[in-house]
Amino acid sequence: MNNSVSSDYIPILLQSVVVFGFVVITMLATHFLTAKRRKIETRKKSNNFECGIEVKGNARIPFSVKYFMVAILFVLFDVEIIFFYPYAINFRELGWGGLFSMFIFVALLLIGFFYLHRKGALKWE
Amino acid sequence: MTFNIYDFTSFNQWIDKTLYDNLPSFWALIIEMTLIGVAFLLFYAVIGLFLVYAERKVCAFIQNRVGPNRVGPYGIFQTIADFIKLLMKEIIPINNADKFLFNLAPFIVIIASFMAIAAIPFGKGLHAIDFNIGIFYVMAVSSLGVVGILLAGWSSNNKYSLIGAMRSGAQIVSYELSVGLSMVTMVILAGSMQLSEIVEAQRNGWFIFTGHIPAFIAFVIFLIASTAETNRGPFDLAEAESELTAGFHTEYSGIKFAFFFLAEYMNMFIVASIAATIFWGGWMPLHIGGWVGFNHAMDFIPPFFWYMGKTLIVIFLMMWFKWTFPRLRIDQLLKLEWKYLLPINLFNIILMALVVLMGWHF
Repeated sequence: MNNSVSSDYIPILLQSVVVFGFVVITMLATHFLTAKRRKIETRKKSNNFECGIEVKGNARIPFSVKYFMVAILFVLFDVEIIFFYPYAINFRELGWGGLFSMFIFVALLLIGFFYLHRKGALKWE
Repeated sequence: MTFNIYDFTSFNQWIDKTLYDNLPSFWALIIEMTLIGVAFLLFYAVIGLFLVYAERKVCAFIQNRVGPNRVGPYGIFQTIADFIKLLMKEIIPINNADKFLFNLAPFIVIIASFMAIAAIPFGKGLHAIDFNIGIFYVMAVSSLGVVGILLAGWSSNNKYSLIGAMRSGAQIVSYELSVGLSMVTMVILAGSMQLSEIVEAQRNGWFIFTGHIPAFIAFVIFLIASTAETNRGPFDLAEAESELTAGFHTEYSGIKFAFFFLAEYMNMFIVASIAATIFWGGWMPLHIGGWVGFNHAMDFIPPFFWYMGKTLIVIFLMMWFKWTFPRLRIDQLLKLEWKYLLPINLFNIILMALVVLMGWHF
């Protein structure tokens, strides 16, 4: 099976349909099992959990930008990793020339990495 | 039809033939895949229940306790009782939560973990789908789970959940790089991404032995990174009971909480089985060159047991980590990945390429 066609992926679709059905059925089961019991309603029951103190304000406030930086760096490096896969498959045919090109690729990646490091993008303290 | 416990290929062909002979091909495909899906669901439930029990027992013994011992002999029915309890629990609606995303998040988490299991080879001919991009598919699908975790944390409008989700997002995406790179290292040695071919390439020796130094480095990095990717201790910052109550699933109750819990254990099973497949030879039995009698005895054990045994050993290693190391801080966690594991991994790929080209591997 060297060439894959899109019909190979129908099983995956059906698999996700089956598990979706499982989740829906379980949710329905829990709905009917709990509906029989008396539900106690109090004023503060559905408040957000705050370790027992009054809820103050909204949780969705501006958040530390460092997490966003990590996500951006991830996108850059993950694309590079995807480029490794075709090389890893055809590696034996490419031989020494391939290794040399890959060496240049990794070197460029590392230059970018050290630039990030010098710029302080990897400082979280 | 011949049922052979060492080779399921003929069994699969028999099911395939019976269905396609008696039904139109469209319905045969649908029924076949539904059967496989239901079989996986059963497997998923059994493994999930077993792993929760195993973790509680392992944790108990490491902490010098007895662990669950009331429900059934040695407490083996404890998790089943817990599951029934969670099924009966009321689902509490949350004020100010984004209702749609709040309800969607457990679905995404559990579907992502369930889809990855389809490509895993449990034995010869015993896998649902044998892709030519198998390992790539597993990596792609299992990383979808982070979307569910981020949605869960953001939509529940709780400060703890939001912090947990942000930490989890940063952590999972960072460590995914290391998981991907150590998989690439092994793909270079195997020369294929198809999981059955990777296993077949290890017939004469598991990659952890044949690939010597770079394979071992890749295995250690894979183990660290996949422990972090599944949000398990010592990298469980996203949940961090003592500081964030429960992190991203603080506001979830009843069966929705159970879905997060189940998905976490299934992710652990998936990464452990990938580790067993690409480093420890999948379902290949242990062979030692020259020991003919020993090799025959090892061949006698069915491949499925080899596979499960290796997977459970890796899972035990991950549990051992969780209960012996203290939790890291978020900056230490990101430093470990970006400043150590990532550069080591890049050099390791070059080293592996060199080893394969020079023919230094066994």
